[in-house]
Amino acid sequence: MLPSLLGFTAFVLIPVLISLVLSFTEWNLIQPIKFVGFENYYELLTADRIFLKVAGNTLIYVILIVPVQLLLGLILAVALNQSIRGIIWYRLVIFMPVITNIVAVAIVFQFFLNRDFGIASGWIWQIADVTGWAVAPPDWLNSQELSKSAVAMLTIWKNVGFSMVIYLAGLQGVPESLYDAARVDGAGNWQRFFHVTIPMVSPTTFFLIIIQMIGAFQLFAEPYVLTRGGPAQSSLSVVQYIYQNAFEYGLMGKAAAIAWLLFLVIMILMIVQTWLQRRWVHYES
Amino acid sequence: MYIKFRKGFLHLVLMVVGFIMLMPFLWMLSTSLKNPKEIFTYPPIWIPSEIRWENYLDALTVVPFGRYYVNSIVVALSVTFIVLITSSLAAFAFARLKFRGREILFFTYLATLMIPFPVLLIPNFLIVREFGWYDTYAALILPPAFSAVATFLYRQAFRGIPTVLDDAARIDGASSWQIWWKVIMPNAGPVTAALGIFTFLGNWNEFLWPLVVTNRVEMRTIPVGLSSFQGQYSVQWELLMSAAVIALLPIVIIYLFAQKWIISGVTISGMGGR
Repeated sequence: MLPSLLGFTAFVLIPVLISLVLSFTEWNLIQPIKFVGFENYYELLTADRIFLKVAGNTLIYVILIVPVQLLLGLILAVALNQSIRGIIWYRLVIFMPVITNIVAVAIVFQFFLNRDFGIASGWIWQIADVTGWAVAPPDWLNSQELSKSAVAMLTIWKNVGFSMVIYLAGLQGVPESLYDAARVDGAGNWQRFFHVTIPMVSPTTFFLIIIQMIGAFQLFAEPYVLTRGGPAQSSLSVVQYIYQNAFEYGLMGKAAAIAWLLFLVIMILMIVQTWLQRRWVHYES
Repeated sequence: MYIKFRKGFLHLVLMVVGFIMLMPFLWMLSTSLKNPKEIFTYPPIWIPSEIRWENYLDALTVVPFGRYYVNSIVVALSVTFIVLITSSLAAFAFARLKFRGREILFFTYLATLMIPFPVLLIPNFLIVREFGWYDTYAALILPPAFSAVATFLYRQAFRGIPTVLDDAARIDGASSWQIWWKVIMPNAGPVTAALGIFTFLGNWNEFLWPLVVTNRVEMRTIPVGLSSFQGQYSVQWELLMSAAVIALLPIVIIYLFAQKWIISGVTISGMGGR
């Protein structure tokens, strides 16, 4: 007990307090620390245009990533939950990105999505050649409109296997007798999917929404490596902004305040989700 | 007939998905073996006309991968070891020992599960700096080594072990330490395996924390080393891709052989033991 408690106090409990106190100060590690009350928060929420931009970016990341990730994960899990050959191999391949290191795969995506020599562009040129259709490949990484989608694609590609295996575990808990009963009542494939599968895995869905949401709010390595947050902060995430303020500009107090705002938003959304779940999550009694 | 058609369609869809998942890895491998002249061609060349293993030698001479590997192995193994020991001890106390404030303390552990890492990032950096640990193994290993998740999972598992086993051992004169090590832990093998795999992978791939607390080349882990290499050699794609392959290869090979255990370890830990 004691070692855990010591480590826990030193690296979790005390840091939480330090960061809360820091968020009310102005400190650059060199000059003496200065208490400024709520000024960091006030400025972030009213005057800091970059903060408002990165907060918006992060919200878009959550909206782009979480639903797609869940839907694809569920579809793949249902597909793999049947008796077909080669299931192990499909699962192996789809889960593989989950265990790989984000920096390495982000570098490949950077190459892949490059407008001038990436394969994604190559395919579009080929389509254009074959069909005679005048399309130009999009510049995923250097366009303010598309850079967030590029980061979202990378994130979904990397994490969809995780949603899939969690859904697979959830599906294994659905009793076959329910499907049989539905079949007897004349329910088709789609009806069984919507009226048996979806409600029965709703606790898994709820769990995944929470986990993926927390993850998407804290994206860092994905935009850091893929786009460096650019162009013009169009793909900069909140955690990247915390990193920049703390370790590039030396604004410790401001960075701590951003972290607390992030915490607050995640907390509020979790409470809302937990409250909403009573309406749609189906628990076996 | 209908079922055959349906299965055929399913295979087709799964193969397309599988191809999408694999393609970045294949492209990485292919580019890493190319002559630079073949990298920017249109249409793209998948199989290089000459296989250039030299790219790997070149990547290894510019990037001290040996050192990065040692660092990553030392860090990920040490963190995993400390997490397993301290969390199981704490969970043992929570599940089996009676002491004052136990419930409040456990609730505190649970509550910290909700704190996102960015909140702890800056204070932990300051603590590490205050202790003089910046750019040392202590900074890389100790702060990530105390896990409320693992404590929670172990506690769940321990509560499923019948207490008659403890009682029998106690009658035979076993101390709490002995009960933890000889009775409880041997019965919690699956959780230890799952948590071990999950913790190791998480720390092996961790990027933000090592980025913040290391500066010298000799202290970098693989992800941080690869990222700084990318910053310097952003135009030499064949070298970058060789470096990426070197960074991924061992974990992918281990994964191919132990996929069953890795997937179930991540699933069990990821779901919080549900």
